[in-house]
Amino acid sequence: MLGLIVRRLLQLVLLLFGISFLVFMSMHLAPGDPASIIGGPTATESDLAAIREELGLNRPVLTQYVDYIAGVLHGDLGYSFQNNQSVSSAIMTRFPQTFNLAIASMIVAILIGVPAGIISATKQNSWFDVSSTTVALAGISIPNFWLGAMLILIFSVQLQWLPVGGLSAPFWTIEGMKQLILPAITLGTASAAMIARMSRSTMLEVIRADYIRTARAKGVRKRAVTWVHALRNAMIPVITVIGLNFGFLLGGTIITEQVFAINGVGRLMIDAIAARDFPVVQGTVLLVATLFVVVNLIVDIVYAVIDPRISYD
Amino acid sequence: MNQLLEVNDLVTSFRTAEGKLSAVRGVSFSVDKGETLCIVGESGCGKSITTLSVMGLLPSNGEISRGSIQFSGEELTTKNEEELRKLRGNEISMIFQEPMTALNPVFTIGYQLREPLMIHKRLSKREATQKAITLLDQVGIPHPVSKLKQFPHELSGGMRQRVMIAMALACNPSLLIADEPTTALDVTIQAQILDLIDDLKADLGMGVVMVTHDMGVVAEVADRVMVMYAGEVVEVGTVTEIFEAPKHPYTRGLLASVPNIDDPDHSMEAIPGSLPNLSEEIQGCRFHPRCPFAMDKCMEMEPPLFELSSEHQSKCWLQEVKHYDKQSATSS
Ligand SMILES: Nc1ncnc2c1ncn2[C@@H]1O[C@H](COP(=O)(O)OP(=O)(O)O)[C@@H](O)[C@H]1O
Ligand SMILES: [Mg+2]
Repeated sequence: MLGLIVRRLLQLVLLLFGISFLVFMSMHLAPGDPASIIGGPTATESDLAAIREELGLNRPVLTQYVDYIAGVLHGDLGYSFQNNQSVSSAIMTRFPQTFNLAIASMIVAILIGVPAGIISATKQNSWFDVSSTTVALAGISIPNFWLGAMLILIFSVQLQWLPVGGLSAPFWTIEGMKQLILPAITLGTASAAMIARMSRSTMLEVIRADYIRTARAKGVRKRAVTWVHALRNAMIPVITVIGLNFGFLLGGTIITEQVFAINGVGRLMIDAIAARDFPVVQGTVLLVATLFVVVNLIVDIVYAVIDPRISYD
Repeated sequence: MNQLLEVNDLVTSFRTAEGKLSAVRGVSFSVDKGETLCIVGESGCGKSITTLSVMGLLPSNGEISRGSIQFSGEELTTKNEEELRKLRGNEISMIFQEPMTALNPVFTIGYQLREPLMIHKRLSKREATQKAITLLDQVGIPHPVSKLKQFPHELSGGMRQRVMIAMALACNPSLLIADEPTTALDVTIQAQILDLIDDLKADLGMGVVMVTHDMGVVAEVADRVMVMYAGEVVEVGTVTEIFEAPKHPYTRGLLASVPNIDDPDHSMEAIPGSLPNLSEEIQGCRFHPRCPFAMDKCMEMEPPLFELSSEHQSKCWLQEVKHYDKQSATSS
């Protein structure tokens, strides 16, 4: 297990090098000059040159990259071109919102997806199964922004039960939870649907397994056969889907944060891309990549806990 | 009363794309306490479905559509799932063919062994653990204490089958059903497992129903033998009657296809042809298309089970002549 963690962290370092290089290059090679955005439409060519000089953008790209990496290795992610704020502190202030949103969506997705899939499978072709598979198909197909807008229209504008947007209150307060509900449902629905489909199909396979018949032959209660003997086995592939969905969810936060006016990392990234704010873009991308690797590491660890046949040594 | 299980005219059918098909067609048999009944026949003839009907563990598209199953004087076919559940693993236990897949891969041996004890005997976890150690010891598993913490994949096939047996015997059932318990194991392990079941049967006074397609296994463990063909019983008798005086051509075919160790050249005289499909309707005797002795009558009329002795019956027109001969001999 320790070996796995060390291996993954080494992979992460390599991955971050690769990603940072790609992002760095694409930012510099893509059209759009940060200096002209900072200088505004009235800036003269010499103003721009001065800005470039100040930001260090007049040096060769590779030199800039090497400098940047040297900084990152010392824990310095650089400073925003727009407001000179340190990138790490910008991320730190935004990250909790995004993190809470992603976790809340994942919880929604798992709490709805897993039971729906399991019940569907145990009652194959019942009205529950038919309606939940239909809803799941719809859930996968509906675009995030549309679902978010609809939820706001119904629950915030019409019924006025929940706030329209923002995520200012801490999540453990009633207000904070109210703010989190709609964004979490918006972002979690597609994942819930995918998890439900996966749970249903693996469960259908598992309940035909010999060991399920053995459990019944021992006189294990029906409920325990499903929720203990079968579930634990069915969860093994579902956990992969949950891990993959977390990456998908991180991507989804960008749109959801826009729809619900949440000041998270996603918005930070979008704004930074529009402003060609290279250091901020780099910083947010590296954060997302790290999260993705960490989540997949957690998935692998959970795997080994659930399935005794897996050993990483 | 000595009779443990009495199955009468059991018909089990499946809902399939081709309609309702019967896999078991009017099977009757009984098992006494302390007796081993072997059910033999080719793969697909309905042995497993017969035993699963008794357990109430049919696949979801299957159902008992006729007949009765009496266990210790209680009718099982009218019991609901919860009533059957209380009997399973407690009064009636079953061992399956595949030791590799029959144990749950994600739970420890200890967990799986404690389960029936905690469910049926309401033992605490600690008491169940103690009993589990005794059981593992009883089925000949070395170092039982450390085995409790292991997972099925850490054990060999033979060891897993011993665990299955320990699990099945946990609550001292009065009836043990073993569906090809040794088919997946190699020959030495096979003999050990059969001996083990035989010893435990003697110790606990259980009735045993042993399903197999291997006449060698039958010779080793059976008191009585029931031969099935295409969902029907074609011959029943004591093990001596079946081996020394087999009457049904199908039984003779099965015996002839046993590899002969003394004379390897004379082996595997398999029965030509194959089992009919479930959907195939056959007029007369269901075996006649494969029977070397088939007569005109066999193609027209289904034979009844002819009584050859108090325990020996054969479902074949060939017995008719002998049957009447004997009757006229006794009446004159
Ligand atoms: N779930 C099912 N649906 C339809 N037919 C089945 C099902 N299970 C078993 N059968 C059929 O029932 C017949 C008897 O099967 P089985 O009792 O398993 O044979 P065996 O004697 O080898 O144990 C076979 O023809 C098999 O194809
Ligand atoms: Mg079988």
